[in-house]
Amino acid sequence: MASKKTPEINGGSMADIAFLVLVFFLMVSTMDQEQGLSRRLPPLPAEDQKAEDQKVNRRNIILVKINSNDRLLAGNEPMDVSQLKDKIIEFLTNPTDDPNLPEKEMKDIEGFGQCSVSKGVISLQNDRGTSYRKYLEVQNELVKAINILRDQFAMQNYGKKFARLDEEKQDIVKKAIPSNISEAEPKDVKKK
Amino acid sequence: MAKFIKKGKGGTPPINTASLPDIVFMILMFFMVSTSMRQTDRLVQLTMPQASEIAKLERKDLSSYIFVGTPTSQYQAKFGTESRIQLNDSFRTIDDIRDFVAAERENLSEAERPYMTVSIKADQDTRMGIISDIKQELRRCSALKIMYGARKAAK
Repeated sequence: MASKKTPEINGGSMADIAFLVLVFFLMVSTMDQEQGLSRRLPPLPAEDQKAEDQKVNRRNIILVKINSNDRLLAGNEPMDVSQLKDKIIEFLTNPTDDPNLPEKEMKDIEGFGQCSVSKGVISLQNDRGTSYRKYLEVQNELVKAINILRDQFAMQNYGKKFARLDEEKQDIVKKAIPSNISEAEPKDVKKK
Repeated sequence: MAKFIKKGKGGTPPINTASLPDIVFMILMFFMVSTSMRQTDRLVQLTMPQASEIAKLERKDLSSYIFVGTPTSQYQAKFGTESRIQLNDSFRTIDDIRDFVAAERENLSEAERPYMTVSIKADQDTRMGIISDIKQELRRCSALKIMYGARKAAK
């Protein structure tokens, strides 16, 4: 019997099929990356733990308040968002050892040694009427200040930017410059 | 001069399209790798605020989303133009967040639960009152890792 060749499958429509699948994936998928400001909320205080917050020394805390008109008050003086970053940096570094700015504490950091760590805490308060845009702008400014300090620290000690360090060193830098941003219980900041 | 006589009819030869499917499949593969499936339909309009110090969410599968914004035009007749909370595919209230978080947590394996992140995607004109309520509710159900969704801004 003569061997009969199977006819070749026509591949001409393969491209059409592939396009169809491609279009399907384009429709159902998103490309937008999930990005934003990562935060950790404080756990709810237990009933018997209330008195503890007051222990933080007055000089160690900076109040950043945003009222319902999106006006900013940082450390009892009204200011623009653009000034906030420098204010926070000054607050956290306390270059002149001002008794009104936070105290520093010598801490032994594993893998680094002695290091003076600022005890400063940034307390962020907002009104219910504050707009989210302003709130995030302020948050962003706070994170920026801390990032700048971390970069400085990393540059001084390792000669690299914070983001380029390996994980171990990043942990050291994080311990040396902690990001103590406390998002307080919502309070109504009075209009002024 | 017979050498220069044209053979047959002229015209450009047809382009060989045999590799076209390969090319398209390649694009397809690119899209499959670089994108993720749309999880929910947005029922709210939102423009996220801009921020420059943003970080990427590391594990998308460990995150759940809370959308806050004004309902889109087709839902405005029913739900008004006030900022609303959207969980999964429907409008919900603050009180539903507890169940939502519990359900989301249930979906994750035991080992991954501590890393669950709640991503709050809110419109930039939302008032903080509603966000504060969400935050308090999240603290109450101890979902403490949160992320404020933001767009990348020029530095």
